[in-house]
Amino acid sequence: MTEKIVISGFGGQGVMFMGKILAYAGMLADKEVSWIPSYGPEMRGGTANCSVTVSNQEINCPVVTKPSIVVAMNTPSQEKFLSTLIPGGLLVVNSSIVKEEANRTDVKVLRIPAQELAADKVGKASLANVVILGAMLAKMDLLSIQDVVLAIKEVVAAKRPEMLAINQQALEVGMSYVKENNL
Amino acid sequence: MAPGSSTINRKRVVALKKYLLKGNEAIAEAAIKAGCRLFFGYPITPSTEIIEYMAKHLPAVDGSFVQAESEVSAINMCYGAAGAGVRVMTASSSPGMSLMQEGLSYIAANELPVVLVNIVRAGPGLGGLGPSQADYFQATKGGGHGDYRLIVLAPNSVQELVDLTRDAFDLADMHRNPVLLIADGILGQMMEPVVFKELEAPSLPDKTWATTGAEGRPRNIITSYALQNEIGEANCLRWEAKYKNIAATEQRWEQYMIDDADYVVVAYGTTARIAKAAVQQARQEGIKVGLLRPVTLWPFPVKAFAALGGKVKGYLTVELSAGQMIEDVRLAINCAVPVHLCNRQGGMVPSPEEVLARFKEVFPNSVEGGV
Repeated sequence: MTEKIVISGFGGQGVMFMGKILAYAGMLADKEVSWIPSYGPEMRGGTANCSVTVSNQEINCPVVTKPSIVVAMNTPSQEKFLSTLIPGGLLVVNSSIVKEEANRTDVKVLRIPAQELAADKVGKASLANVVILGAMLAKMDLLSIQDVVLAIKEVVAAKRPEMLAINQQALEVGMSYVKENNL
Repeated sequence: MAPGSSTINRKRVVALKKYLLKGNEAIAEAAIKAGCRLFFGYPITPSTEIIEYMAKHLPAVDGSFVQAESEVSAINMCYGAAGAGVRVMTASSSPGMSLMQEGLSYIAANELPVVLVNIVRAGPGLGGLGPSQADYFQATKGGGHGDYRLIVLAPNSVQELVDLTRDAFDLADMHRNPVLLIADGILGQMMEPVVFKELEAPSLPDKTWATTGAEGRPRNIITSYALQNEIGEANCLRWEAKYKNIAATEQRWEQYMIDDADYVVVAYGTTARIAKAAVQQARQEGIKVGLLRPVTLWPFPVKAFAALGGKVKGYLTVELSAGQMIEDVRLAINCAVPVHLCNRQGGMVPSPEEVLARFKEVFPNSVEGGV
């Protein structure tokens, strides 16, 4: 099984971080992983994105052209990557700022008001990206929330242990939102 | 393990902790672990993380990092450091590598073991920052003046960046020759898990030629100046013999599904991985196609092509250039069968589906029922 994930948003929304955490979680769970950032001019305005592949098999092609999951943190990201999503794929949208409905019926769409959830239920609006990750994990078989918590523990909490609990809470808020609303 | 041969043979592999590293960081860490203690460079996207990592971590191992005022200066600092017998590296990207070519010619002429890294971006000129393989000619056919060769290693994963960086230092010392590690921008920027294997150090010749202070011995002089033509020719013959020896002993490649292949896709670096995915798709459709991935670009693995003999009906190279390696493939097979090109340029990369479509376009007979 292979998941090819594109995560996209404005610079500052933590899209590179989300990708890195996913790749790290996959590595700790003994999966094959790769992470490719957009770099250069794309980092200097407009959308930033990264591609993450998590697989049970050797990853032949790390370049993601047809993702199975797209995470769109802003409207340009949804416009740019929705058409690349494979039929039956998963679109996770930050509906706090993406007001446009996705114009495809052959994909699963999760619209998550991540910024409101992060602000109201976690108490830290800047964790909207982690809330989105939690929502995505609710629909992703290859990685569990525990895998991602382990990754956060090693990547973030090694230097800032106080961040672990609140990140875990943000993941759970995202996951619960999907389950409670039967998305 | 890739077939082919190398004078670097290692035993006792112990897998250690996995690290999730960017290709550029992995190169830098592998270099430090290989004993690189001096680094001179000038930052340029998409290679800059190598320089950043060296600046941060070399002081901790009593090494030195100098950000030169330009690439011209950096390569000549490497020239001096290697002459003193120290393991030294520089890294850059395409336009920076162009600036280094003069110094590189001097380093090759003086047979100095410098390790260079080119994280290739789109050119020519200032170009773009996207991944490219358009520096193949520069890497394998010279670039600087005179008749010299670099050993050119072309990894296709972050793990191989680590393994080949280590080998680059040993090969440079083994053959007294500059070694170039060449990778497209994707490989420099991507993160993959890596392990740093604990391997035996190969037996390497002492650097008796290094300028380390002449007390108690005749002084060593490092110069490429030979005004007497007879001496010039003797030098050239010595270098020619060395290059022939390297060409005979250091060819490396990897092959995939090649045994029953009617057609062979040839690609290196990131495009080799894309091509492998295309080969798998083709196999699912019953097309007998394999993949040959050069790991050394110089020496080009002509032995791999010779081993295939006359049974291959055609080759397709996949390149991020207007077609450069394709010339070496044609030479390797003496133009015996058609060699076609599938390429993207200017920072774009092909998808596996594009590669497969191009393959079917140029080899319609490969498809069952095709004409």
